[in-house]
Order: sequence, then structure tokens, then C-alpha cells
Amino acid sequence: MGSTETVAKDTGQDLAGLEAGLDALDAVRVSRTPVREVLVRKVLPPVVAVVLVLAVWQILIWAQVTDDYKLPSPSQVWDEVTDAWVQGTLLGYIWTSVSRGLLGFLLALAIGTPLGLLVSRVRPVRAAIGPVLSGLQSLPSVAWVPPAVIWLGLDDRMMYAVILLGAVPSIANGLVAGVDQIPPLHLRAGRTLGATGLSGTWHIVLPAALPGYLAGLKQGWAFSWRSLMAAEIIASSPDLGVGLGQLLEQGRETSSMSMVFLAIILILTVGIAIDLLIFSPLERWVLRGRGLLVRN
Amino acid sequence: MATTTLTKAEDRTAVGHAARIAHVSKSFGGPEGRQLVLDDITLDVAPGEFVTLLGASGCGKSTLLNLVAGLDSPTAGSIETPGGRPALMFQEHALFPWLTAGKNVELALRLRGVPRSGRRAEAERLLGLVRLDGAYGKRVHELSGGMRQRVAMARALAQDSRLLLMDEPFAALDAITRDVLHDELTRIWRETGVSVLFVTHNVREAVRLAQRVVLLSSRPGRIAREWTVDIDQPRRIEDTAVAELSVEITEQLRGEIRRHGQH
Repeated sequence: MGSTETVAKDTGQDLAGLEAGLDALDAVRVSRTPVREVLVRKVLPPVVAVVLVLAVWQILIWAQVTDDYKLPSPSQVWDEVTDAWVQGTLLGYIWTSVSRGLLGFLLALAIGTPLGLLVSRVRPVRAAIGPVLSGLQSLPSVAWVPPAVIWLGLDDRMMYAVILLGAVPSIANGLVAGVDQIPPLHLRAGRTLGATGLSGTWHIVLPAALPGYLAGLKQGWAFSWRSLMAAEIIASSPDLGVGLGQLLEQGRETSSMSMVFLAIILILTVGIAIDLLIFSPLERWVLRGRGLLVRN
Repeated sequence: MATTTLTKAEDRTAVGHAARIAHVSKSFGGPEGRQLVLDDITLDVAPGEFVTLLGASGCGKSTLLNLVAGLDSPTAGSIETPGGRPALMFQEHALFPWLTAGKNVELALRLRGVPRSGRRAEAERLLGLVRLDGAYGKRVHELSGGMRQRVAMARALAQDSRLLLMDEPFAALDAITRDVLHDELTRIWRETGVSVLFVTHNVREAVRLAQRVVLLSSRPGRIAREWTVDIDQPRRIEDTAVAELSVEITEQLRGEIRRHGQH
């Protein structure tokens, strides 16, 4: 009985103090990497890689490995950039393609998201179109260009159709993968809290599937961009304006290898830039918030 | 003792229980390989009562908790929980990693229908109740195991259910933290007056916490015996009275387990 009385005395204040001590000892420390370290570790290596590629390119020019109509020098390509800039057409090329690409991607997002949700949550739908949806991912979107031209004609609608056919399966599949990877415990916890049906989808399923969904969006953007370039290279018409794909095709027609190089570099740069500026930060932000970004 | 008498009185009038489990059986599997997991379980939990369900592996204690929580339905028998949908705590904290500690609690409030204006203050109050006053904006991964379980407890309390179901909630914690959380749970139970049905395989934990310990046999799960724990709270897990009753219950539990080795 003696022990019970001492216990009775120290439950109040003491328990609070004990708990505060335990919390302080156990709490997980989260710190951010300083900016300088980020610059040295993340920015420097790719810059060095680009400089190396340029150096090798220039060495090949000096060594005259091939005729200069096949391989333009870096400075010729640079002149092409400044010419287009001075004429004011450079940003126009980029904007024509980027605006098409982003608008197409947003459309794909609006279609792919409910489609993915439907496939992941409704069993018969999944059995019916799940395999087709994953199969479509391995079909090169350039295959859609000829039918799209025949069905829709040479205009923007055909471009968007090709983008959608390329990107919607990726986005839907990403969401399906994200939903499949939700720990069953989260769904159970959601149900005990009363999150069922639409409310469960909104509060539990969608946020829980977000990492997989974002991976799908990233891939969806890559597919949108690729499909668009395929469409622009194959289908050219005065109505379509000059995007990066048409620029590439123009370069080929006029045997201007420096213009072809310019177009390829711009296509690559835009693809990487969108990923680096939009999708990577978004993904990092989501993963860091959940403690899933492990630093070594 | 008083609570047990109350339970018996309520038995006769059939009102005022937090949970009434009547002749519940549960079997899994198809018609060929049907396996009986729970067999004719009858158990009442009185308002404000703390009951622990104790048993070895395969006694179906988690299955029973799922049935009471409404996550699954019994093969036979009935379960009533007049206080609305029971709150459920798991061995894993089951907090949503995309929300902060405070927002996890607020989600429970929101799903319960608490208007937006009152949610923040209520979430802060509940976090204060589990002594996590500064943790509102903390992400789940920034909290220690014990803190996560306390947030989970605050989230369960946010459901404002009269019955709290706990499925080995402290089994994954270290001994020091578990001991502190025992004190914490006892305090919160007495402050809120919530009824608790607590599942564990740890005999001392069962005796440390409960007013009534219910021992389940395994395969199929049946109620083997019941003890009323007549030891004053607050208790300590190392109290002599706790130890003595634990020895008695352990003997019985071992007897139940031994039966399974005999054929």
C-alpha cells in the first residue's frame, strides 16, 4: 500500500515533467541543408558535365572529324541563337510549343485524374481497361499522328489529341500505382474516423496516393512533350505556326545543321526546365513533408 | 468493484452500456475451409468502464475489436454501441503523414461535423490533454514514437465517441515510454470518463490498466475467464498487487495455451 501512496503523490506534476523529458530525448531533429552545400552538391556537377560536353564537341570540330554541314561548331549554333533572338523569333518558337504542351498537359490532367481514380477504385472498370491503359504506355505516341491528321485535319486539335493519347495513360497509371501503394492501415484509420465514399476519396485516398500520382504527372509531362514534338515534326502547315518541332523540320529542309542543333537543344532545355522548375520541387516538397526524403 | 456491480445491474435493464456484444461468432474462409475465429462471445462494457481483452496469438482479439469498430460484421450474434461509431487506436500510430499533428486531429473533428471555426481551438485543447501543447504544427515524422501514439490518442478522442477501442496501442513502444503512457492513459480515462476496450497480450499491462480483465482462449476465441481488478488507481506496473494478480492470470493463460499442444 505504501508504494501506491507515493505513486498517488507524484502523478500530477511529475508525469508532465517525465513526459516532457522523454519527448525532448526522443524528438526527431530535422535540419535543412545550407545553401552553399546545395550549390556544391547539386548545381556544380551538372554544370561541369555540360562544360565537358561542350569541350568534347569543340575538340571534335578542331580535329575535323567530319564535314561542317554534318556537325556545326558550338559557335555556329550560338550564332543561330543570337540571330533568332535579334529577329525576335526565338521566344516565339519556344512559346508556340510550350503553350501547346502545357495546355495539352492540363487537359490530360483533367481527363487522366478521374480516369485513374475510376480504374483504381472500381473493380470491373479496372478489369476492363486497366491492362489497355498500361499497354498504351508502351505505344509510341508518334503512332497516333497519322490517324489524328486524318480524323482531325492539320490544326491544333490534332496536336492536342496526340498529346492526350500520350499523356493520359501515364497520368492515370501513376494515380492507380499511387492508390495501390496506400498502406491498408491508412484506409482502415480513415474508415474508423468516418471517411467513407467520396469523403474518404477526398481526405484519405487522394492525399495518400499523391507521391505516386506526382510520379505519374512527371512522366505524363515527358510524354506530352515528346508527343507534341513528334506531331510538330511530322505535321507542318502554315496554320500551325512555327514551334520547336517545325523549326527542326525547317532546319532539315534547308540543310541548316546549326538550326537543327538549335531546335534539339531547345527541345531538350524546355523539357528539362519544366521538370526542374515545376515537377521536381513539387515532388521534393511532398516527400519532405512526409519525411520520405532521406538525406545521407 | 462498484463498476462491476453496475454492469450486472445494467445487464438486467439492457440500457446504458457503452458496448454490448451478444453471442458473437465470426468465421473466415469459404464453405470448404471454414475457420471459426470467435465463438459465442458475450461481453458488456459499462459506461466509463476500462476492460482489457487478454489472449495469446490466434485468440481473435483484434478480430473482435474490428467487429466492434464496425470494420467487419459478425457471422452470428449482435453488437451494439449506443454511443455512436467507436474510436479505434492501432498498434501503429496510423497518423496521416501528409497532415501535421494538429491537422490529423482536425480531420477527425471535421469528419465528425465540427464547424470550421471551432476546430483549431478544439484540436489544440485535445493536444493539450495528451500534453502535446506545442505539437500542433509538427509533422508526423518529426515526432517520437510515444508522441505519435499520443497524437493518435488525441485524434481518437476527437471523435467524441463514448467508446475507445485500443488494439495493442503501446506494443511497439520502448518499456520506459510504455510505462509513461500507461499513466497517461489512466489519467485521460479518468478525466474524460470514456469507456475503454483495450486489447493486449501483455498480462501486466492488462492488470495495470483495467477494472476488468477478460481472458480469451485461442482457436476459436472464447471467453475463458474474467477478473475484476480491485486495486486502487493510480497503479504502477511493479506494484505487488499487480504482480500477484498477473501471476494468477498468467497461470491460467499458460493453461489455455498448453491445451493446443496436446493434440
